[in-house]
Amino acid sequence: MTATRESTQLPSLASVYRSRSSVELKEFFRQRESVVFTLLLPVLLLVVFGAVLDFDLGSGVSFTQYFMAGIIAAGILGASLQNMAINIATERSDGTLKHLAGTPMPRSAFFVGKVVQVLAVTLASIVVLLLIGVVFYRIDLPSGTDWLTFAWVAVLGASACTLLGIAISSIAKNGRSASATVTPFALLLQFISGVFFQFSEIPSWMQTFAALFPLKWMAQGLRSVFLPDVLAADEPAGSWELGRVALVLGIWCVLGLILCVRTFRWQDR
Amino acid sequence: MAPVADRPRPGDPLDPDAAISVRGLVKRYGDFVAVDGLDLDIRRGEIFALLGPNGAGKTTTVEICEGYRSRDAGEVRVLGEDPADGARAWKARLGIVLQSGSGDSQLTVRELVTAQASYFADPRDVDEVLALVGLTEKAGLRGRTLSGGQRRRLDVALGIVGRPTLLFLDEPTTGFDPEARRQFWSLIRSLRDLGTTMLLTTHYLDEAEALADRVGVIARGKLVEVAVPSALGGRETAPATVTWTEDGARRTEATSTPTAFVADLATRFDGEVPDLAVTRPTLEDVYLQMIGDDR
Repeated sequence: MTATRESTQLPSLASVYRSRSSVELKEFFRQRESVVFTLLLPVLLLVVFGAVLDFDLGSGVSFTQYFMAGIIAAGILGASLQNMAINIATERSDGTLKHLAGTPMPRSAFFVGKVVQVLAVTLASIVVLLLIGVVFYRIDLPSGTDWLTFAWVAVLGASACTLLGIAISSIAKNGRSASATVTPFALLLQFISGVFFQFSEIPSWMQTFAALFPLKWMAQGLRSVFLPDVLAADEPAGSWELGRVALVLGIWCVLGLILCVRTFRWQDR
Repeated sequence: MAPVADRPRPGDPLDPDAAISVRGLVKRYGDFVAVDGLDLDIRRGEIFALLGPNGAGKTTTVEICEGYRSRDAGEVRVLGEDPADGARAWKARLGIVLQSGSGDSQLTVRELVTAQASYFADPRDVDEVLALVGLTEKAGLRGRTLSGGQRRRLDVALGIVGRPTLLFLDEPTTGFDPEARRQFWSLIRSLRDLGTTMLLTTHYLDEAEALADRVGVIARGKLVEVAVPSALGGRETAPATVTWTEDGARRTEATSTPTAFVADLATRFDGEVPDLAVTRPTLEDVYLQMIGDDR
């Protein structure tokens, strides 16, 4: 055994970021419950809804094509907001966070690891959904600049929802109570934000309520990616409103960040 | 073994050479005063055991020294720095084994220790640490599948892999079987031989007696005594109790000169004294007496 020495140079940020990212990826993909809940649930919904609700929206576009945009938005919500709220609340109540706070790990490394986890899960979710959509439901893939819109809506939406999820984790007592609060709320948002039903079919007061939260805007942004522009006329505003999508998601990012900074705790109260 | 010295008195200056120096520490939770003017010095290289009943202020004191909790009054220096503004470089010199453990994980024991090592400048070899805590054969098991005792050994592995100068151990052997505790004790002794300073809180008095250079007893938020384990509560000079059987009855005599007393008995019985025993108060006896006002 080697002797005690006073430490010299602390490890670089980059090396701790790598180490934390690898920890977070293993923690997620090795946990069967989180993989099933976060990745497979949207897949299951796509399969069921795709098979049942196979009607024509007009202009030769099937509902499945419409549902693709919504279920990807819901997949992003699950990978970011639901995942972070439950995951961090669990780690706070079981002592993981307190333990980390007592190490020389730079605190930014914890959040970098979480972001890497969310990005990986989001990407996995999108790829699996697209694959099933293309293979089983002959979904038309986006083309040209639509991919760019896809990318920014996904990244901005995931960012806003990650920050919100982290903020919500601080309110919950533990992982189970976070799950009990966040899961029904996410489901409600999915029903009123144009995931399972066409947004234009929803009563206008519900539309107004849904417009307060990010999911409606993520789904709308993704519809601009998956649907032909003629269908923009069916949107409440008569257009895809991409500028407003960016604005609302951006506001939620700022709001989420402020909430995180104000409420984040490394240990139970 | 470190020399015996009195504990600091209220108003003494902080000891710059101590691993931990605490003066007039106060911590309140609402109306409850958890720590009530505590003074303490822990020397570099010693194992210091903090004893006390639940709620006496042990964990609060330790967590203030670790930088987890704020204080309401008093001065604290840990390795020369105030824990309230402990930076990464300061934390890199500490090892912390929390009472609450290190959490559930899907990672294997080896992956967990390797990840922990990645936060430190000059970590110990992971295999060496696993061998030290006796988890070599469990290295491939996931953290969440470990038994209580194995989990605690993992916590200790995470605490020492960063090669700490000062190691905090908050009730480290809870849930250990007797054999695992003996192994843990020998691990602690080998860490001491390497110069690691340790602050240990424990409920087990035999553990404090076996490991600690000095023992501090905390009650109602105050340090009521500091001594080497054999001298705690005036144990080494306390009257001995001599018991024997005479005329079919058990006889007991408290005496400060047990040797002379037994010699007299031997003369009286002209040989073996039936059922003779000479005892001094155990650490547990004096400890229970000290904290007795609490109960």
